[in-house]
Amino acid sequence: MPLLDTQNLTVSLTQDGIETPLVRDVSFSVERGETLAIVGESGSGKSVSSLAIMGLLAKALQIQSGRILFEGRDLRTLDDEALRQMRGRDMSMVFQEPMTSLNPVRSIGSQIIESIEENLGFSRSDARARAIDLLKEVGVADAERRLKQYPHHFSGGMRQRVMIAIALAAEPKLIIADEPTTALDVTIQAQILDLMARICKDHGTALILITHNLGIVARYAQRVNVMYGGRIVESGDARAIYNAPRHPYSEGLLRSVPRLDQDRSIPLKPIQGSPADPFTSISGCRFHPRCPYATHICKQEVPPFTAGVACHFPLTADALESAS
Amino acid sequence: MTALLRIDDVSVHFPIRKGLLQKQVGEVRAVEGVTLSLQRGEAFGLVGESGCGKTTLARTVLRLVDPTLGAIWFDGTNISDLRGKALAPYRKQVAAIFQDPFSSLNPRMTSGQILSEVLHVHAFDGSIPDRVSELLSLCGLAPRFADLYPHEMSGGQRQRVGIARALALDPELIVCDEAVSALDVSIQAQIINLLEELRVKFGLTYLFIGHDLSVVRHLCDRLAVMYLGRIMETGTSDEIFSSPRHPYTQALIDAVPAPDPDGEDAREHVNLAGEIPSPLDPPSGCVFHTRCPIAFSKCATDVPPLQRLGGHHAASCFAIDQNKKTTDPKIRNAKSQ
Repeated sequence: MPLLDTQNLTVSLTQDGIETPLVRDVSFSVERGETLAIVGESGSGKSVSSLAIMGLLAKALQIQSGRILFEGRDLRTLDDEALRQMRGRDMSMVFQEPMTSLNPVRSIGSQIIESIEENLGFSRSDARARAIDLLKEVGVADAERRLKQYPHHFSGGMRQRVMIAIALAAEPKLIIADEPTTALDVTIQAQILDLMARICKDHGTALILITHNLGIVARYAQRVNVMYGGRIVESGDARAIYNAPRHPYSEGLLRSVPRLDQDRSIPLKPIQGSPADPFTSISGCRFHPRCPYATHICKQEVPPFTAGVACHFPLTADALESAS
Repeated sequence: MTALLRIDDVSVHFPIRKGLLQKQVGEVRAVEGVTLSLQRGEAFGLVGESGCGKTTLARTVLRLVDPTLGAIWFDGTNISDLRGKALAPYRKQVAAIFQDPFSSLNPRMTSGQILSEVLHVHAFDGSIPDRVSELLSLCGLAPRFADLYPHEMSGGQRQRVGIARALALDPELIVCDEAVSALDVSIQAQIINLLEELRVKFGLTYLFIGHDLSVVRHLCDRLAVMYLGRIMETGTSDEIFSSPRHPYTQALIDAVPAPDPDGEDAREHVNLAGEIPSPLDPPSGCVFHTRCPIAFSKCATDVPPLQRLGGHHAASCFAIDQNKKTTDPKIRNAKSQ
């Protein structure tokens, strides 16, 4: 049984009585201890689907259909209290901007200690000792003194370390990290991602890493879901997708990024047009207006997700060869 | 040939004032002794992390900030002393593209109005509506975009309007401050290609500020790597990326993950320890010594000069002669030196 099994998840935004699906029929699973990356651009539904898993959707967003099974338990059948207990203890989340997810008027220590007391039922002094251990584990030097400090005393990288310490406090089985290093400098990004990778390995924690950075996926994830327009368009082993993408969107993404490991004179091949706007209705495959290979059927029928790809005409290795 | 833009030993210091009398209690040395020159028609990159002074330097070139020391020469004229009206001709020849087109475009004006305003202010002689459609089409936007407000456009389209505005007065130099950083991957590639195309078409010169090394390498012929206000290394893109000589440059390149799982697995990573020190209180000697894997005692006391390495390549590091083993950007082992 996978740790997390999301089945046919559809999440919609209701605004002025109009329902707009943001996540459409998304199914994927996460095994214990593995790192799954979710890649996509703005509006792809990558963040909304993870918020749905955490039960943290804003009021206007609702799960329309589908199941989210965590160790076989359907999270949608749990009440708020039961779900609240699962958060922190079984799964936790690290967000992009640590300044907005930490309380600015409370010390770092009280925020970490609170989550330990809450999730593990420790006494205050035990929780404090555990908080110091956690800060040391995530590489915050001089942990005892820093417990008394406030978020504004910490740099961006250090705040993200604190968030990881909080996420880790109760040794959850799953951590969802939503663009955890997008706001950080590149040398600090490497430190934070290496830290997360090491911690997940040491504790056997599964990690869902949401990012738009294809390099990060290549360095840290074993499996990847590529999302576009609210759907998973391709899913599978990271290596296989990078070496031979089967969905035209995955191929387009990989050819759009300038790379340090390639000749700089290789021209970029951007995908035409703009990412699908959830508020605009697009018939058939949502990628078809931007797809160089689209045909008549792509405009009419939503391609089913089969064998790891949702495309009427998945690319084959030969086609890729002749195109490049 | 004289350089189009010459930044001559420029330092920018901001005073820190405190108390009722606003007494100066210290200063932030945002840029310290930077010398660069840009040839006409080239794209020059400035890379570095937060607080390295790249944006302050760009703002100094735009004359939004005054240099504390040094001078900026544009096409043979010292523009760092010019004030008020005397600056008008310079402002026509230098334009800027900013990171976030949503905050740099007036939300109450259509893109047509935004573009006409620039033309109007600088007394464009010719048909303004014609020029507006020409600018839009140069940037890949249909004429109907003239009637749209910023919020009616996507991020990529807004950035195209930002570029059209920069092009409006036929400038010589465009300062691009993180011009593609806020865009989605697929859109970023479109804008990078557009910037390249426009540079070739109009013989533009770019000062391109960015934190994404792969983007800067792709777009720029030459670049400078900055750290805490100083230039650590400068050279052509090929010199810097195929044989980086400064340990900071090496670490920066190493920190960028490549979209290639096999390559990433094969690569050994050495992360820089520690954080970027505050520019309020920069380290003594070489500003990088506190994080440098190969620092020795001299680095903490003396400031290393920018040393020529042949070609355009120069780096400021005392250990430059010992630190040249690395030639393949995929194999980086600064620590083993």
